[in-house]
Amino acid sequence: MEGAGSSVSIALAGSGGAGAISVATMLVDAAGMAQWYALMTRSVGAQIRGGETAALLRFSTEPVAAHGDDVQVLLAFDWQNLDRYAAEIPLSVGSLVIGDQEQGAVPEAIVASGARHIELPLKQLAKAVPGGRPNMVGMGIVAGLIGLPLEPLNSVLEKFLADKGDKVLAASRQAMHAGYEAAAALGQEYRLLPGHRLPSGRRWSITGNQATGLGAIRGGIRFVAAYPITPATEVLEWLAGALPKVGGALVQVEDELAAINQVIGASYGGTPSLTATAGPGLSLMIESLGLAVASETPVVVVDIMRGGPSTGIPAKSEQADLNIAIHGLHGDAPHLVLAPNTVADCLFTTQWATHLSETLQAPAVVLSDQSLGQTKAVLDMPAGIVFPTRREVASAPAADQKYLRYADTPSGISPMAIPGTRGCQYTADGLEHDPSGAPSSRAEDHLTQLNKRARKLDTYDYGDHWADLEGEGDMAILTWGSSTGAAREAARRWREEGGKVRVLSIRLLLPVQPERFQRALAGVSRVLVVEQSHGAQFYRYLRAYYDLPQQTRVLHQPGPLPFRPRQICEQLPGWRTT
Amino acid sequence: MIRDPLPQQHCADALMRDPGCYRSDVKPVWCPGCGDYSVLSALVNALSALQLPPEEVALISGIGCSSRIPTYLSVYGFHGVHGRALPLATGLKLARPDLTVLVAGGDGDGFSIGGNHFLHACRRNVDMTYIIMDNEVYGMTKGQASPTTAPDWRGSELTPAGTGLTPFQPLILALATGANFVARCFSGDPANLADILVEAIRHPGFSVVQILSPCPTFRPEQRQWKNQVRAIPESAATDFRSAARFLMEDDGLSVGRILYRGGRKPFMLSQSRHSDIGDLEVEFAL
Repeated sequence: MEGAGSSVSIALAGSGGAGAISVATMLVDAAGMAQWYALMTRSVGAQIRGGETAALLRFSTEPVAAHGDDVQVLLAFDWQNLDRYAAEIPLSVGSLVIGDQEQGAVPEAIVASGARHIELPLKQLAKAVPGGRPNMVGMGIVAGLIGLPLEPLNSVLEKFLADKGDKVLAASRQAMHAGYEAAAALGQEYRLLPGHRLPSGRRWSITGNQATGLGAIRGGIRFVAAYPITPATEVLEWLAGALPKVGGALVQVEDELAAINQVIGASYGGTPSLTATAGPGLSLMIESLGLAVASETPVVVVDIMRGGPSTGIPAKSEQADLNIAIHGLHGDAPHLVLAPNTVADCLFTTQWATHLSETLQAPAVVLSDQSLGQTKAVLDMPAGIVFPTRREVASAPAADQKYLRYADTPSGISPMAIPGTRGCQYTADGLEHDPSGAPSSRAEDHLTQLNKRARKLDTYDYGDHWADLEGEGDMAILTWGSSTGAAREAARRWREEGGKVRVLSIRLLLPVQPERFQRALAGVSRVLVVEQSHGAQFYRYLRAYYDLPQQTRVLHQPGPLPFRPRQICEQLPGWRTT
Repeated sequence: MIRDPLPQQHCADALMRDPGCYRSDVKPVWCPGCGDYSVLSALVNALSALQLPPEEVALISGIGCSSRIPTYLSVYGFHGVHGRALPLATGLKLARPDLTVLVAGGDGDGFSIGGNHFLHACRRNVDMTYIIMDNEVYGMTKGQASPTTAPDWRGSELTPAGTGLTPFQPLILALATGANFVARCFSGDPANLADILVEAIRHPGFSVVQILSPCPTFRPEQRQWKNQVRAIPESAATDFRSAARFLMEDDGLSVGRILYRGGRKPFMLSQSRHSDIGDLEVEFAL
């Protein structure tokens, strides 16, 4: 079980201007430099500026992919609007709440948790330092509580405040030290054990959205069309800076309809292309995703899922776009749907999605979500995987040959002519067409092209990346995406208590892989499906495409509350074979 | 319907490309007497005049009668979804600035479902030519009012009392949103149209060519356009102000001239590789 020493969960809360997020960001990097692992998720309100903000931090000696059951320490710079996010900060009798008397009484919701409460004069401590700010005092307190050495703290301060001038840096350092010293009186109970020493540079500090961007570039993406939307904007912003450095480019466009069509156009021109959006944008793009299917144009669409339907809860997470990603397209439209299951995996899965899309000349939808995308994590440097990605391209035909863009090949993949190639001129078309690309409404042509487009996806060998399988036994947790972290932690605890359980996290959601699924679950008689959607979308998807044992349970809850490992653990013990 | 299997040899040689080098042998779906036939012929004449290698030209369209045009040429083409030809073409041109990119479509495709893209294409000024075949009707869906249809046109069962809406004025909007090349032509004068298309394709930046292209099937009264059109006076085309003022007062039947040609720099993306992917990763390493 989670115990002091190897992992500690801390929440920093305050109104928007309090600086909780920036302090938490620095703490994450400092923890990584101190040979620990960390993750930080943000909970922010709808206000553009000055709303409620909470940073949920977890520090650990081992890699972490999910939050723990409880928050052990809540440090509040103030109590404004706390009721809006109190549910996201689970406190228990063993938790410690640190508040500042000057900010008023501790709210009832916090008192009711039974957590221990102490007052520290954050504001006064800050005031004692000319130019000092309470958030830096708070940073020092957290660092002192978990035993973060001063050296990495000082270097992150220097890095983050580099352009603020020496005065600000000195004041921040001093305020942080004041907090650090104040923490000494709070005991040793939250101190972390030393982590594994890795050479410098072997740990990364990265968000899921940055990892998605990097995965895209590693996969070969060189053109991105962008329309801002929460919580996908950071993917686009990171790519805007990064793409020009590697010979690519990003353009901001007028709407999501333009975004998807610009990437289709750029890809038709031979440049691997991507756009990133969230549910509302994906809804707008769906018609043109069908065009990419019919015209066999590779494109990657990243959906950073958020609470829906409609505008929903834009800044908070949910796994509820599965249905539209799988079933949203009209007609019989085979395409790829993939989902990363950790922050690091955002890199791999986006890279792999690009590889598959380019190879199979089909659109790929990557379903990440807010909780992966906006989580900043310290993790082991991701392995550099290289795929032999090359779109099969046509060259000028021999004099007696006619180029057929949509030739009915055995693999279903037809060499694609890139504009500029002499003798291969064709019209890509969303109309059904014959092998040359000329429009056709003949039954025979329709069937041939439907078969071809299905065959190229169905017969391709996706290898082991289709899912991550761990553990053994006749019981399995079936999950996907960001729910995987909590599921894995629950399984680990179960095993530590002597139990056996498999965790199967499906990365390739479409096309489905029934044979691989069957092999992965051979000998399993009980399945627990874990997903973050009110409508049990993942369970229904599994029911539609896979054979599940009779004893299948579903643990599904809507966003924005993430799964806590305990919730999953609770499902396991009482579950006996009948 | 099989496309021309073997491009004739002379089509590969500069200065030898006749208009036929740009035509495929796919038979158009258009009705007899459709103005779009003349646009097709003017376009291949313009391409021949420019002697562009067919494989270096891409013609992009959306959905509608006139949007069928890419298949009828032997250049690269993309027949996309309704209303999205401009963004598709924009993506292509930004990724492949070496290509000559043409966009074609009708008034419904461009001004109704695709209206937003039209405004922003004028703003962005990417180097491509937008050829709008305007017949003031949705022909492919059998005759409904389009954004350019007169408010009292009662020819459609969908709007039996007419739309009652002020017609969309594409060229005024084009000017207002920053288009740098604005012309109106008549399909009944294909020689003039071909000349203006040549100028439009040569123009560095976004060029808008609105073409009155009659629909004899659903708007038989447009057969009279040939008697009603008149030349845009030279005085209208002296500068931005004169063009705008002229368009505000015109009934839409003045044709045959480039109304405005500005010198705004075309939008391009800078793509200069100077790092390895590894350099991007440094920011994440602790």
